[in-house]
Amino acid sequence: MKIPYYPGCTLNTFAKSFDESARSSALEIGFEMAELKQWNCCGATFPLTPDNLIALSAPAKVLSNAGKEGDTLTTLCSVCYNVLKRTNKVMRDNREKRSTINGFIEEEYDGAVNVLHFLEVLRDKIGFDKVKAAVKRPLTGIKTGAYYGCMLLRPFEDMGIDNAERPTVFENLLKALGAEPVEFPNRIECCGAHLAMNNEEVVTKLSGNVMTSAVGSGAELIVTSCPLCQYNLEKSQDKVASRTPGYTGVPVIYFTQALGLALGQPIETLGFEKNVTDVMPLLKKKGIV
Amino acid sequence: MPRIGVFVCQCGNNIAATVDTKKVAEEMKKLPGVVFTCDYKFMCSSPGQDMLKQAIKDNKLDGIIVSACSPHMHEKTFRKAAEAAGLNPYQCEVTNIREQCSWVHHDKTKAVGTVKSIDLTRMTIERLKKNKPLKKIKIPIKKRALVIGGGIAGIQAALDIAEGGREVILVEKEPSIGGNMARLSETFPTMDCSQCILTPKMVEAELNENITLLTYSEVEKVDGYIGNFTVQIRRKSKFVDEERCTGCGECMEKCPFKTESGFELGLTKRKIIYTPFPQSVPNVPVIDAPNCPKIQKDKCGACAIVCGPKCIDFKMEDKIVTEEVGAIVVATGYQLMPNERFGEYGYGRIKDVISGMQFERLASSSGPTGGEIRRPSDGKVPKNVVFIQCVGSRDEKKGVSYCSKVCCMYTAKHTMLYKHKVHDGQSFVFYMDIRSGGKRYEEFVRKAIEHDDAMYLRGRVSRVYERDGKVMVQGADTLSGSQVEIEADMVVLATAIVSREGADTLAQKLGIGYDKYKFYNEYHPKLRPVETVTAGIFLAGTCMGPMDIPESVAQGSAAAAKALSLFSADEMAREPITSVVNKATCNACWDCLTACPYSAIERESVKDRQGNIVKWLARVNEGVCQGCGVCVAACRSKSIDLRGYTDEQVFAAINSF
Repeated sequence: MKIPYYPGCTLNTFAKSFDESARSSALEIGFEMAELKQWNCCGATFPLTPDNLIALSAPAKVLSNAGKEGDTLTTLCSVCYNVLKRTNKVMRDNREKRSTINGFIEEEYDGAVNVLHFLEVLRDKIGFDKVKAAVKRPLTGIKTGAYYGCMLLRPFEDMGIDNAERPTVFENLLKALGAEPVEFPNRIECCGAHLAMNNEEVVTKLSGNVMTSAVGSGAELIVTSCPLCQYNLEKSQDKVASRTPGYTGVPVIYFTQALGLALGQPIETLGFEKNVTDVMPLLKKKGIV
Repeated sequence: MPRIGVFVCQCGNNIAATVDTKKVAEEMKKLPGVVFTCDYKFMCSSPGQDMLKQAIKDNKLDGIIVSACSPHMHEKTFRKAAEAAGLNPYQCEVTNIREQCSWVHHDKTKAVGTVKSIDLTRMTIERLKKNKPLKKIKIPIKKRALVIGGGIAGIQAALDIAEGGREVILVEKEPSIGGNMARLSETFPTMDCSQCILTPKMVEAELNENITLLTYSEVEKVDGYIGNFTVQIRRKSKFVDEERCTGCGECMEKCPFKTESGFELGLTKRKIIYTPFPQSVPNVPVIDAPNCPKIQKDKCGACAIVCGPKCIDFKMEDKIVTEEVGAIVVATGYQLMPNERFGEYGYGRIKDVISGMQFERLASSSGPTGGEIRRPSDGKVPKNVVFIQCVGSRDEKKGVSYCSKVCCMYTAKHTMLYKHKVHDGQSFVFYMDIRSGGKRYEEFVRKAIEHDDAMYLRGRVSRVYERDGKVMVQGADTLSGSQVEIEADMVVLATAIVSREGADTLAQKLGIGYDKYKFYNEYHPKLRPVETVTAGIFLAGTCMGPMDIPESVAQGSAAAAKALSLFSADEMAREPITSVVNKATCNACWDCLTACPYSAIERESVKDRQGNIVKWLARVNEGVCQGCGVCVAACRSKSIDLRGYTDEQVFAAINSF
């Protein structure tokens, strides 16, 4: 099975390990993430003003290209997923905006593509039981906090991947991988996002809350689904440690890295060396490697 | 040849500004059958009416047209005047040349308005020529009432009707009357104990000779119409003989099994044979059959062994009783929206997040903690309590768009009750706006803030979670523009008031309307607030929407007054605008029966001399028919006509245009 795949800019550059571990894991499970022949940046933000149509033209172009390759489109980055899914809804449901945007990008796209997050593909198209069956190196005993962040779930009526307040999809995947999921209070709170550019203090505080809340709930590892979350959490480690007594840091990896690990892929292909935090001591301690 | 008079009203300048009323009158004079026309400044005024009466007499008119405002306004006035002058009132018709003509046309040359008024009036004249004199319909009235719901509104309605000397059947689905008010600790703004003011009324309802209490009962079926309802009531089996039970309570004492108490909202347990609360009326326990091992598995039976008067019968079955009443008061009350819907507040997951109603039980001296504020998880006295308002209310996305109206007040009350019981405690209230409209309400909230140190924070809470035995509350204070995090010991949610489950089913049984939230619709929100569109069925209390105790009680009394005024005569007169079936052409297809929104169509059989049924016909029950005309449109064989709006009349009007 081939599923059209949109990597997005970050996964093509800084978050290469996110992209590669996902693609190799998919092949391991039995499907191919086929990168779109033609794609561009999604715009990275869904506009907050309803009449800012120009901001929708980039994601609409991506969707239109995807429509030429199939009826589904999968993506990994939470932000890309958020922007594409919401833009798709506008293109599907709002005739007036659709016609304006189509006129601008010179396409005839009607919102027919079904935008799916990689997690949704695993859950709904493949099934977590099949993923479980493919596990060769179970992550037994690793207490793992699944960090959803905000973009994956909200706004609920647009995203619809899971319950926005009490999601379970991530935890269920972790269970399938043999890990022990830890529900922690801040798992759906913001990491500080783009404020990393101009107000690092906020990021340190919010990302710190996420990590201390996870560790406080017993997590030994955090998995993320968003390059920006990953960046903010990893980058804040030292500052959080310096101001939080008793906090000594926690490894943060992409959920696809955890997936690849559990599926038995060679450690060196998973890109752990690109991460700021070092997950290896934990894996050694748990006897995974 | 008919002798018709046409009266054109100027309505001051309301009509005359854009309609040349004199011209209209003159033009009408030219029509055949019209023998008198005039225009006048205010036809509805006393001199106007006198003029109308005089003209009828002087010109021997047999029909009149008043071209004036909407018939909703003064049709009654003019028909009365016509009747006083000796005319059948239904020989008076009103043409609407104000709302549908002068007010919507702005042509000051009066050309448009005048032409249109002439057309409209001419149409009414042609219609009038086909009118037939009609007589008001008389309906006999059964002078007893049914009150559905034994909360404060229903109790009040029942008491008032009973005081008026009429019989009342008060149906309550729980084992005791009292409703939600019985759960409350104190009531705003006077802080009197809810049970102290409610229980006397409950006892009064039990003792009043005119009131028959049917608790643990539900309305199954309603037939009939104003003055003549037949109601079937299911009396759920209590497994206890009400007549013989002395209410000693021995059975409850000895029952070895417990389950969660519905009355206490899960804060404590109750026995399987139980009364909801100590002051229950009637003081007769019921057996919770699904949880009773004796009934389910024939094990135990302790209650029957200890019962002195031997009134427990495990084989007792539901009974259906039929009652005939003339009026029905619906007072079925409200319930709270399920809090689990709001995952961010952790209700159901975090033990110390409770609803406002649960807080009432904690604060109530008859509650599970005897009135001490103790949190559910470990029974400790909470030192910091956060109250979150508008949980579900004013929240179009996840809840309901309306304001639940009483939460601002009861939250203020909660902070006071809390401070009075826990002197070193601190309460925090997250609010959107403080809505305290009502007598002494605003002062009450100020008192909570100024005397009892409630910390009011304007903003929403984003998340509630547990940390080290504390309930952490994250929120925004929009007045200081900052984020706040409070380490609380307990969180109380002011949950939205919603309609009762099954409200729609009951409304369908009764044939009354409800809105998208399943709150019952009043006939007119301002002018007929306790009536429904179905004559003889009245509303009281929170089944219509959120309201506080004073309003519910006022409505209970208002509904009772409506019922009593209905009972003041032996029969009532109704407008004769009802549909009528042509028996010769009806072929009993029953399209009318399915189309009628009021269930006014009945099946009538035609029998031969031997008594064999030879034919079925539709028959209109004039007591129920509201004259909407749906059946007329539905009838394929054109066998139904609406009196006062017959096809003949309507086509005559159209053809004259």
